[in-house]
Amino acid sequence: MMERVQQTDTAGIGDVKRPLDIREHVERADYQTIGEPFSGDAKMTARNVNVYYDEKQAITNVSLDIGRNEVIAMIGPSGCGKSTFLRTLNRMNDIIPACRVEGEFALDGEDIYGADQDTVLLRARVGMVFQKPNPFPKSIYENVAYGPRIHGLAHNKAELDEIVEDSLRRASLFNEVKDQLDKPGTGLSGGQQQRLCIARAIAVSPEVILMDEPCSALDPIATARIEELIDELRENYTIAIVTHSMQQAARVSQRTAYFHMGKLIEVGETKQIFTMPKHELTENYITGRFG
Amino acid sequence: MSKQSSSRASAAIRASLKKRYARERRFQWYGRLAVLIGFVFLFILLADIVSKGTPAFTQHYIRVSVELEPDVLGIERDATRDQIFNANYLGAIRASLRAMFPDVTGRKEKQQLYRLLSIGAEYNLRDMVLKNPGLIGHTSEIWLRAHAEAGSYLKGQVTADLPESDRKVKDMQVAWLDQLRAQGRTESRFNTTFFTQGDSREPEMAGIRVALYGSFFTLLVTFAIAFPIGVSAAVYLEEFAPRNRLTDLIEININNLAAVPSIVFGLLGLAVFINFFELPRSAPLVGGIVLSLMTLPTIIITSRAAIQAVSPSIRQAALGVGASRLQTVTHHVLPVAMPGILTGSIIGMAQALGESAPLLMIGMVAFIMDAPAGVTDPSTVLPVQIFLWADSPERGFTEKTSAAIMVLMGFLILMNGLAVYLRRHFEKK
Amino acid sequence: METTTVFLVLVLLTFISFFAGRKRSHAVTSGLGGVRSLHSLPKHYGYMAALWALLPALLILVLWLVLENSILARIVMNELPGGVRELPVNEQGLYFNQIVSYARGAIDAAQLDAAQIAAADHYRDLSSSSRTIKALLVFLVAILGAALALRRIRPALRARNHVEGIFKWILFACSFLAVLTTLGIVLSVLFEAIRFFHAIPLMDFLFGLEWSPQMAIRADQVAASGSFGFVPLLVGTLLISTVAMVIAVPVGLMSAIYLSEYATRRFRAITKPVLEILAGVPTVVYGFFAALTVAPFIRDLGATLGLHVASESALAAGLVMGIMIIPFVMSLSDDIINAVPDTLREASLGMGATMNETIRKVLLPAALPGIVGGILLAVSRAIGETMIVVMAAGLSARLTINPLEAVTTITVQIVTLLVGDQEFDNPKTLAAFALGLVLFFVTLLLNVIALYVVRKYREQYE
Repeated sequence: MMERVQQTDTAGIGDVKRPLDIREHVERADYQTIGEPFSGDAKMTARNVNVYYDEKQAITNVSLDIGRNEVIAMIGPSGCGKSTFLRTLNRMNDIIPACRVEGEFALDGEDIYGADQDTVLLRARVGMVFQKPNPFPKSIYENVAYGPRIHGLAHNKAELDEIVEDSLRRASLFNEVKDQLDKPGTGLSGGQQQRLCIARAIAVSPEVILMDEPCSALDPIATARIEELIDELRENYTIAIVTHSMQQAARVSQRTAYFHMGKLIEVGETKQIFTMPKHELTENYITGRFG
Repeated sequence: MSKQSSSRASAAIRASLKKRYARERRFQWYGRLAVLIGFVFLFILLADIVSKGTPAFTQHYIRVSVELEPDVLGIERDATRDQIFNANYLGAIRASLRAMFPDVTGRKEKQQLYRLLSIGAEYNLRDMVLKNPGLIGHTSEIWLRAHAEAGSYLKGQVTADLPESDRKVKDMQVAWLDQLRAQGRTESRFNTTFFTQGDSREPEMAGIRVALYGSFFTLLVTFAIAFPIGVSAAVYLEEFAPRNRLTDLIEININNLAAVPSIVFGLLGLAVFINFFELPRSAPLVGGIVLSLMTLPTIIITSRAAIQAVSPSIRQAALGVGASRLQTVTHHVLPVAMPGILTGSIIGMAQALGESAPLLMIGMVAFIMDAPAGVTDPSTVLPVQIFLWADSPERGFTEKTSAAIMVLMGFLILMNGLAVYLRRHFEKK
Repeated sequence: METTTVFLVLVLLTFISFFAGRKRSHAVTSGLGGVRSLHSLPKHYGYMAALWALLPALLILVLWLVLENSILARIVMNELPGGVRELPVNEQGLYFNQIVSYARGAIDAAQLDAAQIAAADHYRDLSSSSRTIKALLVFLVAILGAALALRRIRPALRARNHVEGIFKWILFACSFLAVLTTLGIVLSVLFEAIRFFHAIPLMDFLFGLEWSPQMAIRADQVAASGSFGFVPLLVGTLLISTVAMVIAVPVGLMSAIYLSEYATRRFRAITKPVLEILAGVPTVVYGFFAALTVAPFIRDLGATLGLHVASESALAAGLVMGIMIIPFVMSLSDDIINAVPDTLREASLGMGATMNETIRKVLLPAALPGIVGGILLAVSRAIGETMIVVMAAGLSARLTINPLEAVTTITVQIVTLLVGDQEFDNPKTLAAFALGLVLFFVTLLLNVIALYVVRKYREQYE
């Protein structure tokens, strides 16, 4: 098993700057996460999480809390399992037939994978923003109104208009698009599209927003706007963001978790992780020895 | 503020869940229903054909003691072969039947009695005697083919429960047949006639031999034309064609031809090959040409896909050692793409085998009893034979039609199976 | 000499040229250090000589065969008495056909006049000398071509490039056949259709409400009777196609949705090929099924419900045609739905939409243009489908939109008008080509639009 994980991940460590036997280090770590994965005021909790794709194990024994109204960043080389972990939090992995999830998850103490849990409700409460901006091929208005409509959140047109406007404002997009709400969402620029997707997620009043590398397809200016936005959103929402940009993690998050080969290596205050990483792997990663 | 709106939203969503899940379940059921409908249609279609067609593969025979005395046959004791050929076998058979049922006297009743046996029975008897002239002068127990209607009673397709007016086998015949059966004088055999005879007006004597030959010759012509031309066209378009308007025109034409109704190809065949070039009507040659034009798009499109799938590295390797483009293609690309090309061609051939509409246009709907010996002899093909028989009202022909369909479908399954096998086999490699 | 013999001799000449070419390539290098001094391999010189022997001669042979009959006809006709040449074209054709039949020994002299017999003798002479000239010319050209090629063989001659150039042209010709086929279709239906429209005004055809070609012939006053009205056929065709689409579109689309979005991989792997068997069933089988099983069933069902259903009802033909088209709609929709990017599915599911909400509100609207294109292709299929309607739909052209009645279709009429013996000179036969013309252009239009829509749709998500 170990061997196979090793093989698939060698691609991610292609540009090692000095010889480093990663397997040796991980094994020495004995799967023990360094730092404090738990939070005093946890919005979401995950304990002893294992995820498999068919036979292949993608995540090994990860435990992590996401604190209320904090932004937690998940970083690590590609293929380290950070996105997979993020997707377990609103059960997006359910869509993939080959995927199997083990462990205990809770949202406000409520079991996420429990028999009485409802994925529709869960996903409404835990929204998601994806790597590539993916507005529906509909108008800007309809994109944002989609969630409220399917969930029946507005009782009349006026309420719906209000939700749409409010969501677009919160995503700092309203002023740019207020005169073209009936234009297709796909016609916006990349950064605007991603903010539209954030507005779409906000429109159903989620409690948590999961962001899967939301800026990877954007230029630096658009990225900066999204980062500002994330900072503003923190006031009302709990946010977990997967990013491959360490600068971004440093700028937007309060806590940072470092994943490596399906394991949570180290977690702590963002400042501490980036200034005084305790684990050698974390250090190697943030100093750019591999990525 | 957000917390409030969140919990308000949660409540609203919770309230809507029941309805939404009901709708979800309903939607899934629509999907299952749609798949089920497809299955049911397929099942009914196949079951209908098989249940109707299976009896046609058996043929009932009746054992008759035939007195082959020269005076009954109306010939001399030392008759020549010619005389034996022209002897009165019908009379002999009828006399034997009368002898077996001496109570039958009336003219009408006698007619009924004679109708127990196939009209072709006398020819079977003739052939038997020709093969073995020693039979003359003796009384032999001979198995003769039953009439189609009598056969359908013996097969149990028609029962005596029906009112007499609703069936073609009359009460008297039923009684005779029951008696014959009790005496062990009836027998069911595999129907070889169905495969060894051409068309006939009598269902029990009709077979698909001509149609099988015709289909074979037609497909031969189709393959001989469509395969080389199709592959050449695919090679040209994939490997040599410059990006220009002419190439676009060719590609648009190929895509459109793939969707042109088949009957239009029949009109083309009629106007161009029969009327203008004066090629023979009803011949597999013209049928094959027309079908090859029809299947060309299929072969070109699948061959192009197969050629496209060949890794460019093979081409580069060949070009790199100084092979010309044409050599690269013939020596390296085509052999690798061949399984894919063959798969597409077999599927195209299967299409051609099942096609009938364009062949109606070029006169392949004739009543033909003798198998064609070449591609210019008049002939029919299996689907057209099915079309012709389907028009005949007799029960015997319905049965034969279904049986012919079973044979046709058998060939199609074989061809498609081969295509699937080829694809799987070479995909693994 | 028979054409087959000429052809076989030509093939022989081609082989000889190949060996001659190869031999000559050896010969020209004998003083220069053998085959190494050749630009190409010896066999390429052989191919070159062979192609030069074969291709021009083959071209001549084909041209001769194509043109022989019409040229002979013209020569013979020109020598007939003036009265004959003033006959209408149709009768001239008939007159000439008798001459040819007599010359070939198919009919005896009793039916002909003296001029015809003389012309037949002339025709016989002409065609026998034509055969001789044809053979000689073909052989001469073959030998000449080979000789020319052989003369050109020099060590420096780039035989391989030369041969490959020729092959490339042959490959091109093969793909150009598609264009020629289309052209052939258009011309063959167009010419006869134009002749038809000489007899029947175009407007009467397009807007006439009555179709009864049999009557027209008996009355011998075609135009006046006005019984070549196309409208009932169009309505009948559309009626049956509509019934078919009403069956095929929901069933095909829902099956595709279920199989691609809900079904497990295993279920899909088994179900899809099974349903695709429906696509491989020959249309004549569907026709048989429609005529002998479905139509009586629907008629009896109607009778128990107190409805009068014709035994060749549009409903039966349409229903079975719908079954035939199900897999077609299914696989087209499947392709189209799978082309919708997964990110859209995730976006919708990720905010808590149920699968059917995602399908109905996101996937289907996104896939709509593609699905419409697919449906157009299916409609074009339905309109052009022949065997099912020939076997299960009626012959009489009733102008109705009641699916329980019998209607006829364009394709049924084409088959009815053309099957059996035909004379190419009466409007009844020509009408079939006019119908073919309409059928071709309607389906062409649908196909072009559909292919364009589907291509645009795919580009959008590429």
